[in-house]
Amino acid sequence: MNARIAYIASNTFREAVRDRVLYNLIAFALLLSGAAIFVGQISIEIEKLVVINLGLTAVSLFGVVIAIFIGIGLVSKEIERRTLYTVLSRPVRRWEFIIGKFFGLAGTLVVNTFFMAIGVFGALLYVAHKFTRPDALILVALYFIVLQFLIICALALLFSSFSSPLLSAVFAFSLFVIGSFAEDLRGFAGMAHGLTRWLATGAAYLVPNFSAFNVISSIAHEQPVAGQLILHNTVYALFYAAMALSGAVLIFEHRNLK
Amino acid sequence: MAAIEILGLEKTYMVGFWRKRPKRALHPLHLTVEQGEIFGFLGPNGAGKTTTLKLLMGLVFPTSGSARILGRDWTDPDIKAQIGFLPEQPYFYDYLTAHELLDYYGQLSGVPAKQRKQRIEEVLQRVGLTDVKGVQLRKFSKGMLQRAGIAQAILHDPKVVFFDEPMSGLDPMGRREVRDLMEQLKQEGKTVFFSTHILSDAEALCDRVAIIYKGELKGVGAVEDLTSTVQGRVDVVWQGTQVPASMKALGAECHVSGDTVRAVISEAQQDAVIDALRRERLRLISITPVRTSLEEYFVEKLRRAETSAGGAA
Repeated sequence: MNARIAYIASNTFREAVRDRVLYNLIAFALLLSGAAIFVGQISIEIEKLVVINLGLTAVSLFGVVIAIFIGIGLVSKEIERRTLYTVLSRPVRRWEFIIGKFFGLAGTLVVNTFFMAIGVFGALLYVAHKFTRPDALILVALYFIVLQFLIICALALLFSSFSSPLLSAVFAFSLFVIGSFAEDLRGFAGMAHGLTRWLATGAAYLVPNFSAFNVISSIAHEQPVAGQLILHNTVYALFYAAMALSGAVLIFEHRNLK
Repeated sequence: MAAIEILGLEKTYMVGFWRKRPKRALHPLHLTVEQGEIFGFLGPNGAGKTTTLKLLMGLVFPTSGSARILGRDWTDPDIKAQIGFLPEQPYFYDYLTAHELLDYYGQLSGVPAKQRKQRIEEVLQRVGLTDVKGVQLRKFSKGMLQRAGIAQAILHDPKVVFFDEPMSGLDPMGRREVRDLMEQLKQEGKTVFFSTHILSDAEALCDRVAIIYKGELKGVGAVEDLTSTVQGRVDVVWQGTQVPASMKALGAECHVSGDTVRAVISEAQQDAVIDALRRERLRLISITPVRTSLEEYFVEKLRRAETSAGGAA
């Protein structure tokens, strides 16, 4: 990575930390420990299942909210506050700024996810008293969640490069929700006819297919994840994020900073 | 090689709901600034000063035209290592301290890590921002932010410095310090290009100035040339506490101040006034041609521009 991208990424991470973004971890810890104690008392035999389901879903939702809310302001806030002027009047290329911002946000989310993962494993240990071999599958689910974050970060940046924070949030959330039901959309496209079929197929393949990343339920039931799915999701997430980032760069390269 | 060559830079924004109505922010601008100059870019608010600076910094893209900075194309990102820029009313990452901010900008400008710490202390001292270690910028006053802005613009020892309204937000002492700093930069061989609407600052500092109005260049020249227009009048000062009758007879408007009397007369009356003073045995202190101040020149230029615009309409 070129040095300027690393500096911009590190400053973006520092901004998130100083803006107390990682304070969400406290809410997460409270939620998870409360849930672990609660399910430990009311459920028999399924405590583990509940903790894994709840824990990983919380990791995913907390991360998505952070990715969208920070991501949508990454470019627009810098333009609005004019902090960008003193950055782009240095030997910094516009594309370096976008990529640096992306890595800064992605880094924030990875660190956030790392601490939340510790929380999930801690809660699991609390209810099950020991780890078993299938628990390692939780790492795969966490990996998929991080891949999902990369796509959302890139999309939020894309919207932020041309739109207001409010509209960007609406776009990003809509895509997240639609993307979570991408498989259903593809199913609908398969059943439709004529123009509707074409439109639905186009939309189904254009929106990010987040449903392929959701393996939380199967992992909670200790079902293995195919290596092919890991490879497919990795390639898909990197490709989708790269496309969204390219779009963001393309727009930002031609944008007048009034 | 000129420090800055602006070759017909022009900016037209498309405005309105459908963005179909053109609004010209800057007419084709041709301007050359030599190395080592302090160049003042003058104009009232909304004249196009900031647009010009944004174009030069690559923050907005021109409709047409180009520019060269230190002989290189202005769009070349590497030339920016030689440029310092202070935007108007700067706002910085307020979660950083001044040291962190300058360290970040130093990194982006390619200042080696070994030199950064020393440079940061030097520039903070230079702009009068001492005792700010550990203080986040969100706790800075407007004047302190302006000083931090100037510090970041000169941190990497650039050859050309662009300041957009550098005196804005500063108290009289701060303005004086910034003026001294700009003079020091000139002595170090730097080129300083600054925009302002405070004409006394420009008159005191600049080698040359340009006047821009409604996006159009109205005049360029050395401050002495612009202010050397003798209006055919002279300023006569002599010792005395009263205005002699012979002076009154000449129709000169006289002002008594302490033990001196001042009169502004036409050049044609000069000899008659001197004769009258001799006759009255009054001691002549000085006789100097009346020069146009930069402010008068500026106002006159804008008045003419207004008149011609009104005539054209």
